[in-house]
Amino acid sequence: MKSLAELQALRDKVKGTVGIRDGEEGKIRIVVGMATCGIAAGARPVLSAFTEEIAKRSLHHVAVTQTGCIGICQYEPVVEVHEAGKEKVTYVKMTPDKVAKIVAEHIVNGNPVTEYTIGSIK
Amino acid sequence: MQEISLNILDAVQNSIKAGALLIQIEINEAITQNRLTVCVTDNGCGMNAEQLNAVTDPFFTTRKTRKVGLGVPFFKMAAEMTGGSFDIHSELGVGTKLCAEFVYDNIDRMPLGSMEDTVGLLIQCNPGVDFVYKHIYENKSYVLDTREIKKVLEGVPIEHVEVVLYLKNVITENDNDIKS
Repeated sequence: MKSLAELQALRDKVKGTVGIRDGEEGKIRIVVGMATCGIAAGARPVLSAFTEEIAKRSLHHVAVTQTGCIGICQYEPVVEVHEAGKEKVTYVKMTPDKVAKIVAEHIVNGNPVTEYTIGSIK
Repeated sequence: MQEISLNILDAVQNSIKAGALLIQIEINEAITQNRLTVCVTDNGCGMNAEQLNAVTDPFFTTRKTRKVGLGVPFFKMAAEMTGGSFDIHSELGVGTKLCAEFVYDNIDRMPLGSMEDTVGLLIQCNPGVDFVYKHIYENKSYVLDTREIKKVLEGVPIEHVEVVLYLKNVITENDNDIKS
């Protein structure tokens, strides 16, 4: 059974890294559609995949969150990437195996993966 | 939805939309009684009698983007398909309680699925909401209460990826533990 001591140790370890980010600059928000359509289409494993990639790469300026129905249910799972000063990028028909490429090319290197975006499908 | 845990994820989204700040998820696997019961209780805005009547209607929804609201009807169908039952109680200004009862050994009873993925996701995406997750298996049980976790974290965000991954592991381990 995981112990209280383990949680305390994790807390102390993370306390050292939190607060290095300042303000809103450079913050990236990854928003995954989590309405009924999204959940049924497989949004949960997509969000989990983003969480694991971000943890793996220690990307402290990236937050993963959810949203409700975006209105394009046939394109779910949908993932929006928000970055201050840049245009929102909307990825559609997402799967967990597309996540690593998006994190590497878009989140880390700043080049959206256009073939996965809504612009390419429509 | 292929897993009960996905139906639960969907139902809790409703609680969050209702502005709930405390959401309790209880799973009771009573094998000897051949029942798997799921209850989601929230302190959100609740529904009036008219909305409560309509909530299981697939053509009733509060969203503006579409004309259908399938989550609750799907959950109800999933439970009733196994010979089980589905109940929702709600009071305006107090909250809502939803219970789905599945007949455990019925061939149409979908698997519970990954509760660590569902609960982990809920905690990660809603750090301002508190969750109490209780899982009972026969006479063993465990509880994960985010209020207790936050106390220990002393200000470290509960939605931090390392904390989320840790909590998911805790759930997986506890799940295995109560079933052994």
